[in-house]
Amino acid sequence: MQIPLALQFVNLLASMLLLIVFAMLAQRRILSLINLFAWQGALLALSTFVVAYTTAQHHLYYSAALTLLLKVIVLPWLLHRLIRKLNIRWDVETLLNIPTTMLAGIALVIFSFNLAAPISQMSQGITRGLIGIALASVLLSLLMMLTRRKAVTQVVAFLSLENGLFFAATSATQGMPLVVELGIALDVLVATFIFGIFFFQIRETFDSLDITHMEKLKDD
Amino acid sequence: MNNPHLILAVLFQLTQLLLVVLAAPMLTGWVNQCQAWLQNRSGAGLLQPYRVLNKLFHKDAVIADNASWLFRITPYIVFACMWLAAAIIPILAVDLPFSQAADVIALVGVFALARMFIALAAMDIGTSFGSMGARREMLVSFLAEPALLMVFFTASMISHSTQLPGIVEALAHHQFVLYPSLAFAGLAFVIVLLAENARIPVDNPSTHLELTMIHEAMILEYSARHLALIEWASSLKLFAYISIGIALFLPYGIAEMGNWAGLPAAIVLLVGKLALAGAALALLETVSAKMRIFRAPEFLGTAFLLAVLGLLIHFLLGA
Repeated sequence: MQIPLALQFVNLLASMLLLIVFAMLAQRRILSLINLFAWQGALLALSTFVVAYTTAQHHLYYSAALTLLLKVIVLPWLLHRLIRKLNIRWDVETLLNIPTTMLAGIALVIFSFNLAAPISQMSQGITRGLIGIALASVLLSLLMMLTRRKAVTQVVAFLSLENGLFFAATSATQGMPLVVELGIALDVLVATFIFGIFFFQIRETFDSLDITHMEKLKDD
Repeated sequence: MNNPHLILAVLFQLTQLLLVVLAAPMLTGWVNQCQAWLQNRSGAGLLQPYRVLNKLFHKDAVIADNASWLFRITPYIVFACMWLAAAIIPILAVDLPFSQAADVIALVGVFALARMFIALAAMDIGTSFGSMGARREMLVSFLAEPALLMVFFTASMISHSTQLPGIVEALAHHQFVLYPSLAFAGLAFVIVLLAENARIPVDNPSTHLELTMIHEAMILEYSARHLALIEWASSLKLFAYISIGIALFLPYGIAEMGNWAGLPAAIVLLVGKLALAGAALALLETVSAKMRIFRAPEFLGTAFLLAVLGLLIHFLLGA
């Protein structure tokens, strides 16, 4: 079974995407987390570009450029500005310890690879193996949202989840219509702005960004 | 296999054995030299390990009164194990007669045997440093070993063979294919190499600070020819590990068995690869800081995770 070199390259990028999600899961520092998110965006843009080149779908070029602009430059910049304004650079607190989270992550990867296997059997495309990786990175991002305590890291996890979905869309099914992609990009951008406002509100109310404070009901 | 062919094969094998055992200290010297350059020192030169070995061989051995035969025999066993490992790995040429004797799993076993003996010998004298070093060594190695096995399994899955020559042949002589799973395995292998050879993020080979050392703590009681053999074995181990790395991840240009004409090119290429790998190792050690011993499990856990991910990705993508 010999697949073309460009597709092998997409496979490699997909594996690196998965690796980055794992690195985010293991990351203790919020600054590095955001940098990893930027790298994830860069990989996503590159893989979209390669898919666009190999399948000669021109709208995917725009989508790659959009990813590059939004997820590598604008969103990380916004997040950096946010944590500078909120003055949170300390280490991320996790609910589970990191090695346990990693083991849970491996279990999730096995689960999603198994789950994706029958789906890939049905599809004819040669990129079908990528569905499993995209699903795994979505589930790992979900795991990150579950195990993190701070609101900022949860938002980064949410954005990374969106990256996973986007990767599934571009690589496995060769892209959505441009209008849909533009809409999603706008959504993510707006969501980040709104999250930013939320952060300030949360901090003003609870004096902390630790979302466990929200579970307590006020008595007064 | 007819007779002249066999003789030729044995000759090839002996060439490799001799070359490896003579060149191994030079590799250690090269790594130290690169480190010295990176730290703006002039360095002791490539031949320094030979001078040290020479000095140690000419000294009289001092052995503790309560040392048993285990303590005396361990340096020879460790040295023999490392040399045997170097004989199994296809360094100069594939398909050497000796490499049929053991596959990669046995190779891991050979390393484990040496480690077990050196840990036992460290505890034999009964000093606190020795047993502390042995405990730490065991902690590190029991985490590194499964990761190393997983790396080997990934390569075996790709090439459908657990014999190292088979793996090298499958990877070197086929059309160029990007293997994401091998990239993961390669990262995991680098971490295992650092941990198993007592290099910097896990252990510091040049320290004698009691709180941080692992490997050095185990061999504190050795002197003279015993110490020389252990140091030489450490060089051989580093050489063997780097050769495994080259065999698994950069096997291009290895000579065929019996192809004397291809041998010089293979040697030149091998020296180039080793020099590159040694420089990379020195760079890696210079830019990273020694981590706390209790962070080592997490570091090696990462190696295991990467190797398992590589295996899973191989199953999913078939590459």
